[in-house]
Amino acid sequence: MTDDTWHSVANESDVAPDEPIKVQVGDEEIALYNVNGAIYATSNICTHAFASMVDGYQEGEEIECPLHDGRFNVKTGAPLCPPVSEPLRTFEVKIERGKVLVKA
Amino acid sequence: MSDTQTFIVVGAGHAGGRAVEAMRMAGFEGRIVLIGDEPHLPYERPPLSKELLQGKPDAHTPVRDRAFYDDRGIECRLGRRAVAIRPDDKTVELDDGEIVVYDKLLLTTGGRVRRIDAPGADLANLFYLRTLDDSQAIDERLRDGAHVVVVGGGFIGLEVAASARSRGCAVTVLEIADRLLGRAVLPEISDAFLALHRENGVDVRLGVGISRFEGNGRIARAVTTDGNDLPADLAVVGVGILPETDLAEKAGVACDNGIVVDQYCRTSIADIFAAGDATNHFNPIHERRIRQEAWQNAQNQGVAAARIMCGDETRYAETPWMWSDQFDANLQVAGMPESWDTAVWRGDPAARDAIAFLIAGGALVGAMSLNRPSDMRMARRLIDPAKPADIAALGDDEVPLRDLVRAKS
Repeated sequence: MTDDTWHSVANESDVAPDEPIKVQVGDEEIALYNVNGAIYATSNICTHAFASMVDGYQEGEEIECPLHDGRFNVKTGAPLCPPVSEPLRTFEVKIERGKVLVKA
Repeated sequence: MSDTQTFIVVGAGHAGGRAVEAMRMAGFEGRIVLIGDEPHLPYERPPLSKELLQGKPDAHTPVRDRAFYDDRGIECRLGRRAVAIRPDDKTVELDDGEIVVYDKLLLTTGGRVRRIDAPGADLANLFYLRTLDDSQAIDERLRDGAHVVVVGGGFIGLEVAASARSRGCAVTVLEIADRLLGRAVLPEISDAFLALHRENGVDVRLGVGISRFEGNGRIARAVTTDGNDLPADLAVVGVGILPETDLAEKAGVACDNGIVVDQYCRTSIADIFAAGDATNHFNPIHERRIRQEAWQNAQNQGVAAARIMCGDETRYAETPWMWSDQFDANLQVAGMPESWDTAVWRGDPAARDAIAFLIAGGALVGAMSLNRPSDMRMARRLIDPAKPADIAALGDDEVPLRDLVRAKS
């Protein structure tokens, strides 16, 4: 379980545009995305079947699941097309001195 | 949209489930009746031959849960069969005599397994695999040490073989052709899957078919076309799927290797549409008629048909795509890889780390990947029969495919 506190999980420079990375907080796998220089965080596990979102295809605000083509908005977690209908959990992010902090 | 219309969907498989969901999402507030002969709510079929035979029942994937249908007033007639469609008075008759009047009708009748007529094929413990019930019946018999004979070295047969091995069964695969996966894949990939299965202890016999099954009431032995006796506790036959067209044909809907539909999922009869495995449809990207037995087409053609019934004018146009998982190998096939003149490789299929780009007339028309799902995601975006491909770059593993995708868009 996570405790809803801030965790330093990566360097801001580790997260390139359209190249999401996976980080771990407790037993929670989190995906970090760079959208036009801003960092966003969602659960890394697709809500449809067991798949790692960072293995998918990011294009701007959208991440496409590597297994079944489901797409989510990485800022809001909103599902955008079948087969996904449940949103991805999102996490608050802040940047301090080049470090990515995630509230989880 | 009129609230007084009734849409009927015949076939409560994956395509039918996605279609009724999409009708409500498109704002249709009229009556929806979903009719299916299986007792289950619509579900996705890929896990049936994989996780569900590997002791992972949680992998069962209904399209939506019961509450979704209830909350949206979607009437599910499950375990019920549509027995007649009468286009003249726009009615569907069910097996219990109920008659439902439709304004628009969608046929998502799917496929049925091709059966074999070898002597003894009617014995107990011979299975085909199409439905959740089929999968569960096979699953119950995959005990450690059980002898399993698989007839057919195609996708279903090989997935069943891999799942049965994971359960400790002794597995023999009979494939009458001289290679696995037939014409669906390149010979190098057939060879890679032959090696994969043999390394994992599957007894694969090429050029060998089933002559007959023997046993007292239930299967005990399988006799092969080359005269060998195999002990068998169960047999699983995977020799193909036929489109389920009986209902459509009796109603006078044009069928030819499937229910014939255009790019808008329209059949030959007004207000009757079709989607999914049952259809023979025109693919505008590849400019030819195709029939698919695939998850992607079931979902996306089901959605497309529903939207079109609700007034959308977007045609159905997708690059075909399918996948198979066997042991630790992930195979994906995209595009129309039946007609091509050159295959350009990255990686080494024998090492089970490769992607092949299929070129026809200088254009990329298809791709096949073995344990390269990320490359395949890019390849699917690059497939375009109408444009010349950068063949040198496709064959150069140092060139990130994402760069080619960016250059294309």
